This record gives sequence, C-alpha cells and structure tokens, in this order.
Amino acid sequence: MTMNEKALILDKSGIDRALTRISHEILEKNRGAKSIALVGIQKGGVHLAGRLAAKIREIEGVDIPVGSLDITMYRDDLGTRKSQPVPKATDISFDVQDRVIVLVDDVLFTGRTIRAALNSIMDYGRPMRIQLAVLVDRGHRELPIRADFVGKNLPTSSKEKVKVLLAEDGEEEKVVILAE
Amino acid sequence: MSLSSKDLLGIKGMSPEEIRLVLDTAASFKDVSERDIKKVPALRGKTVINLFYEPSTRTRTSFELAGKRLSADVLNISTTTSSVVKGETLLDTARNIEAMKCDVLILRHPCSGAPAFLASRLKSSVINAGDGFHEHPTQALLDLFTIREKLGTIEGRTVAIVGDIAHSRVARSNIYGLTALGARVRVCGPATMIPYGIEQSGVEVFYDADRAVDGVDVIMTLRLQLERQAAGLFPGVREYARLYGLNRDRLSRAGKNAMVMHPGPMNRGVEISSDVADSSSVILDQVTNGVAVRMAIMFLLSGGAKAEAS
Repeated sequence: MTMNEKALILDKSGIDRALTRISHEILEKNRGAKSIALVGIQKGGVHLAGRLAAKIREIEGVDIPVGSLDITMYRDDLGTRKSQPVPKATDISFDVQDRVIVLVDDVLFTGRTIRAALNSIMDYGRPMRIQLAVLVDRGHRELPIRADFVGKNLPTSSKEKVKVLLAEDGEEEKVVILAE
Repeated sequence: MSLSSKDLLGIKGMSPEEIRLVLDTAASFKDVSERDIKKVPALRGKTVINLFYEPSTRTRTSFELAGKRLSADVLNISTTTSSVVKGETLLDTARNIEAMKCDVLILRHPCSGAPAFLASRLKSSVINAGDGFHEHPTQALLDLFTIREKLGTIEGRTVAIVGDIAHSRVARSNIYGLTALGARVRVCGPATMIPYGIEQSGVEVFYDADRAVDGVDVIMTLRLQLERQAAGLFPGVREYARLYGLNRDRLSRAGKNAMVMHPGPMNRGVEISSDVADSSSVILDQVTNGVAVRMAIMFLLSGGAKAEAS
C-alpha cells in the first residue's frame, strides 16, 4: 500500500509565515518572553521549537530555553504494538518549575501524543502553565485536547496522512497530504 | 526493528543490529535514572519476577530497580526462603509463578542452560541473569554500553579480558558481543583457566598479562573465584595477583587512556589493586549503566503484540 501526495498544504514560505505568526502569538498571549520555555516533541516538534526560539530572539531580543521531549515511554499503546519504538533523546536542561512551557509538535491528530507529553513533562516538575503550539491541526481528536497556537487548520479524512517535511532532515520543505 | 525472540538467553545468536538496538534504547533509559522522578509508565501493569538460585546483590538490585523505574511490579524470590528448599523442581517453581500471571521472569541459576529450558516451556519472557559457565548477557550489554559511551565506538577497539576465562559467563558473553560489534578481543589467564579451542571464537590467547594488556583500549578484569584454588587451577592467590592482577605498573603498558572494567564483586589486591579500582576504573559507571540496559531489555521484550504471537 503506497501513499501518494494528494495536495500541497504549505510550502517553504508558508511554513515560515505560520511560524512567524505563532511566535508573535506566543509572545502576545504571555505578555513577552519572560518565564517561557519551548519544548519540542520528538521528532517533528524539535526542529520547529528551535525555529520558534530563533524567531522569538529576533522579535524580542531574548534567548528562551529550548528542550526536547521523547514521549515513547509514556505512550498508551506500548502493549499492543507489533514492536517497541526506539526512544529518542529527551533533553530538558532547565527547571520546568513555575515556567510557562510551550509544547511544540508538527501535527496535532488524535491528541494521544500530547496526553503522553503532558504526563511526561509533569515528571520533570510543576510548570506554571502548559500551552500547545502545532504547525498543523488535522482534527480527529480522541481526547479533550486543543492547541493554543495553530499554524494551519486542515480538515482531513482519517485515512489520509499529513506529513511535515523540514530542511533539517534534508527534505524539501513542505506540508503535504498523502492518500492511497 | 525489534528483538527476534521473546527471551534474552545469551548474546550468542543476537545479531549486531539487535545488540545496537538494545544499546540505543538504553541511552534514552539512562536519562530516567538521572531525574528527580525516576519512573516512567512504560511497563505499567506488568509483573516482573526475579528468581535467583545463586547469591547476587548487584544484578538482582539492578533488575529490581530497572523494573520499578519502568512502573512494573517486581517480586524477588530467593531460593533459600522458597519452596525450592522443600525440593520443588525448577520447572514446577516457574510454572507456579507463571500461574500467578507474570510477564517477565529473570533467572539466575548455577546450571548452564536453565534459562533456555524454562524459555521453551513458558509463555513469559525469560531473561538470563547468569547461568552456570554459559552466559551473562545483560552484563555484556552493559559493558558494551559503557565502552561505547566512553570511547564512542566499539569497532576496531582492542579489549583484553584477563582472568578465569573458562569459568566466566561474563567473559563468554563479552567475547560474543565484542566480536559481533567488530572489536579485537584478547583473553589472558593461566593455561588451566583458558578453555580449549577458544581461538575458534575469534580471540587471541595470551598467557602473559603484561603482553596481553600492551596497547589495548580496554582491560576487563574478571573476579577470581577463590574456590577454584581448591580445584588446583592455580597455586596461590599471591602468585595469581603477581602474574595476572591489574596494578598501576601493568596498567601503564596499556593505551594511554585505557579503560579498566570489572563486573564485580571485586577481590581487592587479587585481580585488581585498590588504587586502580578506585582511581582509574569505570566500575561504578558499569553499575549505573546496568540499570539503563536492563530497562531497555525489559522494554524491548515487552512489546505486547509480539509476545502474544510467539
């Protein structure tokens, strides 16, 4: 079963514009960059978190802490999968206590990854607030979870796949829908 | 990529890819032990049983902590206080444990092959925590992890294993693991402690410890099992220490930043001198890494769907 590209949703400049807007929204909602930290969810969210931090530095002139989070050990489907996923690096080198943590992911779908990320981040301390930034919200939520900052709302069929390709992984930068 | 078996019985039979999968997975689990909250829910609701027919502090504690940090329920059965003293057979003990629904059974046993015997008769995953003179796979995996962590690569490194090679399950597992990942392995000890035909597993044999450690990247010293003296395998502890013990002087013949390892428990002043053990070794790093590697193994073996299929 091969999936083919059905539609181009965002190109390179579209992704960049969305991230610029999200950066402004994060700063606006939190009234500046004080006490904010970005945490990218492995794997797609990590590069995006780095880019948002760079944009916030451009806008506000401050460096905010950036971390990465692997949620493998918190997944709710570990016992039912065919094989175990290999966990990637979690790197949270700052204190999450009393900070505003902005979780960053590429695609928001069922919400199960975010549920796992919420549990995981709580094991590092008690953040003041947790917010969620995603490049694409494709719907089909299975849990009561919503994003605070969305690059693109995208109605999809559950049979389709949404793929975010980034230059950091050596790809031509774009967001596409794949279908059979 | 996943492990091809429901059990971990030995390093022999594991492919280099499988070994690397365990080491890569362990790297992530090491972080868990560094945090304030040293627990992740990956094995929530699973039951892990430590069944030890031989004394152990390090290995049993390490498995217990690994299971607990994965949120599994861990039980320890030591044979001196169990029905084994009433004459229950290994298989009956294991079947009774399994009847209470356990998912992972960790077995240490003085008979080589005991874990394989149980693995073929139980649905649970069986992890070999040391069987007779056969294998001690998790020890080799944590040694490989430690070498890779400190030196970056294993391929092309030269490792000298010094001591009672013939009776060491640690040596056997390490020989399989190191050669599978492309290291050059030297074994060294008194001729009475070098098994016949060991060259066929791709190692170089030395009887002179000074020559064996010359220019190596890693020295693994093995515990001298003192009861072997009674068996006549070596004349005396002092002579053994002089000829095969790792001291400062002998260590200086190895590579400049040579790593010193020991699986524990140490006989200080016999196979390793106290100053080498305390100032130049990675022995405690091995212990730290042991928990991460055992977490990785339990995690990889508990891939639910696969376990049910097999």
